[in-house]
Amino acid sequence: MSEDNESSVYDVLTKVNDNTWEVPGNFKPDMKVPGRIFVSKTLLDLLERETIDQVANVACLPGIQKFSMAMPDAHLGYGFSIGGVAAFDKDEGVISPGGVGFDINCGVRLVRSNLMEEDVRPKLPELLDALFEAIPSGVGSKSRLRVNDTELDAIFIHGVQWAVKNGYGVKNDLAHCESNGMMRGADPSKVSVKARKRGRPQIGTLGSGNHFLEVQYVDKVYDEEAAEAFGLKEGQITFMIHCGSRGAGHQICTDHLQNLTKASKKYNIPLPDKQLACAPASSEEAQDYFKAMICAANYAWVNRQVIMHWSREVFDDFFKAEHGDLGLDLVYDVAHNVAKLEKHMIDGEEKKVYVHRKGATRAFPAGHPEVPDDYRDIGQPVIIPGSMGTASYVLKGGPNSMELTFGSACHGAGRVMSRKSAKKELRGEDIQKDLRSQGIIVRATQPSLIAEEAPEVYKSSSDVVDVVHDLGIATKVARVLPMGVVKG
Amino acid sequence: MSSDVKGSFEYLEHVADAKFRAYGKSLEEAFENAALAMLNVMVETDSVNNTSSVEVELSSPEIDSLLFDWLSEILFLFEVEDMAFGGVKVNEIKVCDDECSLSATLYGETIDLSVHVFDTEVKAATYNDMRIEQTDDGWMIQATVDT
Repeated sequence: MSEDNESSVYDVLTKVNDNTWEVPGNFKPDMKVPGRIFVSKTLLDLLERETIDQVANVACLPGIQKFSMAMPDAHLGYGFSIGGVAAFDKDEGVISPGGVGFDINCGVRLVRSNLMEEDVRPKLPELLDALFEAIPSGVGSKSRLRVNDTELDAIFIHGVQWAVKNGYGVKNDLAHCESNGMMRGADPSKVSVKARKRGRPQIGTLGSGNHFLEVQYVDKVYDEEAAEAFGLKEGQITFMIHCGSRGAGHQICTDHLQNLTKASKKYNIPLPDKQLACAPASSEEAQDYFKAMICAANYAWVNRQVIMHWSREVFDDFFKAEHGDLGLDLVYDVAHNVAKLEKHMIDGEEKKVYVHRKGATRAFPAGHPEVPDDYRDIGQPVIIPGSMGTASYVLKGGPNSMELTFGSACHGAGRVMSRKSAKKELRGEDIQKDLRSQGIIVRATQPSLIAEEAPEVYKSSSDVVDVVHDLGIATKVARVLPMGVVKG
Repeated sequence: MSSDVKGSFEYLEHVADAKFRAYGKSLEEAFENAALAMLNVMVETDSVNNTSSVEVELSSPEIDSLLFDWLSEILFLFEVEDMAFGGVKVNEIKVCDDECSLSATLYGETIDLSVHVFDTEVKAATYNDMRIEQTDDGWMIQATVDT
C-alpha cells in the first residue's frame, strides 16, 4: 500500500477494537449511520481508500439500520464494496441491485464423501479429467441440459425442488441449502426475454473467472463437535463448487438497474454514487427487481445442484460405486450475493429488514430457525473458499453474528492484484507447475486463467477467517486443502 | 495510468474488474473501440474470422445509458447468438436532448472452442467511473466491465 493510502486510511477510520474499525458518521454529510469495517491491522493495510468511500456511500441510503458494514475480505466493488453488508428497514428503507451484484446468488457448496485422501490421490489426474469433461466450463460454454420456457419458470420459482423432482439430486439436498434452495416470492414475469434466452442453455455450467470445482481433503479439524455434525473428519475427501446464476442473473441485474436508475430520480433519492441506484423497498420498481432477483437466486441454486449431480455421477462411475455408496452428501450451500427480507433485533425491537449481502455469506448461529434441523444446535455451516492452492475453511455461524453483522460473515479471500497485472507478472504454466509440485493439479480452459486466479493475487484466506473467528461472527470448524481444481 | 495500449484503447488498473479507455476521432469510432476493448477481455479478436454479421439498433435516454446498453447488448448477442465477434462498425450515433440512438454492425463467426482463444468472462457492463468526453483529438470513453 502506498504511504498516501496508508495515511488517508488511518486519518479516516477510528479503531473500535483489534478487528473493528469505524467510519465516523460525519465522514460524509449525508451519512445516516456510521460505517463498520471488520478487519485486522494486517488486512487494513491492504484496504483501498475507495472501499472506505463505498462503505460511507451506502451509509447515506434511506432507512439503513445500525451500520454500513464491510467484511474482512472487502475490496472495491460496484456501488457497494465487495464484502458489503447493509440492512434497510422494510418500510422506510430501499432495495438496491448494487448491494447484490451482477452475479446474483453466486455461492459455494461443499460435498463430503466416504473416500479418504489416499483413495483419491493416485487417481487424481484421471478424476479431474473426467470432471473437466462432464462439467461445461469456460467462456461460451453451453450445457447438455436444455430446458423450455415452462421448465425455466419452474426453476425460477421452485429452485432446487425442481432439480430434485427431475432427478438431479436427492431430497436431503434441499435441507442443506440456504433457504432450502428456494427463496419464496419469485415472479418470472419480471424476468425479461433476454434473461430467459441467456438462462435456458446455461443450467449446469461453471462459467469462468474465479468460479471453480475443487477436489479437496480435510486437513485439520478445529471443532470436533461441529465437524461431526457436518460429517467432516481429517483426511476425508470433499469437493466444492463455486459459481452463480450465469447469464440469467447478469441480465436480470442489467435490466433492473436501468429501471432503478430511473426510479431513484422519480423518488428523489439523493445518490452519493450513481451505482447505488435504488428505490423505496415497497415501491413497484424495487419489488419488481426483488422478485426477479429471487428468480436468479433460485436459478443459481439449481445451477450448483446440477453441477453437483453430474459430479456425483463422475465419482460413482470413476470409483465404480452404486449411487449413495460414496456418501456424497451435501454439507451445505451458501449464497454470497443476495438480498433477503429477514427479522433482526435492532435497538431491542424485532424488525423486518432487507439485508443485502454482496460478497458476504449468511452466518446464522445455533438455535436460529433457518438453520437446518440437524445443524440447529451447532449453527449454520459457513463455507469460505480459498483461492487455487490455498486453504478453504468451514466455519459455523457464531454467537455474535446477529448482534454485530446481521448474521453475516466474509465470503472468500478478496483480490489484491488485478487480473491484468496478474497476467503480466505471472505465467499460467509456471503457476500450474508450482501448484503441481505442491500436489495440486489444475485443469483450465486457458493458462492465462490460472495466472489471473493464482494464489498470490488474493489475500490470505487464513487472515480473513481469523477476523470473523476472533469476533465470534463465525468460528472455525475445519480447514480443507485443495488437491485438484477445475477452472472455467 | 498504465499504458497497455492496443489499437485505439488501453486497459487501466482495477483490482477486480476490467477498466479501459477507448478513443476515436468521432463518437462512433470511440464506441467501436470501447466495444473492441470489452471484446478483447473475452476473446482474442484476432482469432475470429468476421464472416457473419449481426445488426444492432439501440436507443436510450442519455449518452451514458446508450453506452451501457451498447456494451450490454454485445454481451447478450455473444451468448445467445453463440458468436465470437472480432469486428465492430458503428454506423451512426444520434444525440438528441431526450433520446440517443445507435446503429451498428457486429462481425464474427460461430464460436469454435478449437479456434477461438477465450480469456475472461465479462458478466456485465457497469456505470462504474464511466466517462464519455470530447477531447482535442475527438472522443474518449472510459468504462469498467464486471468480470
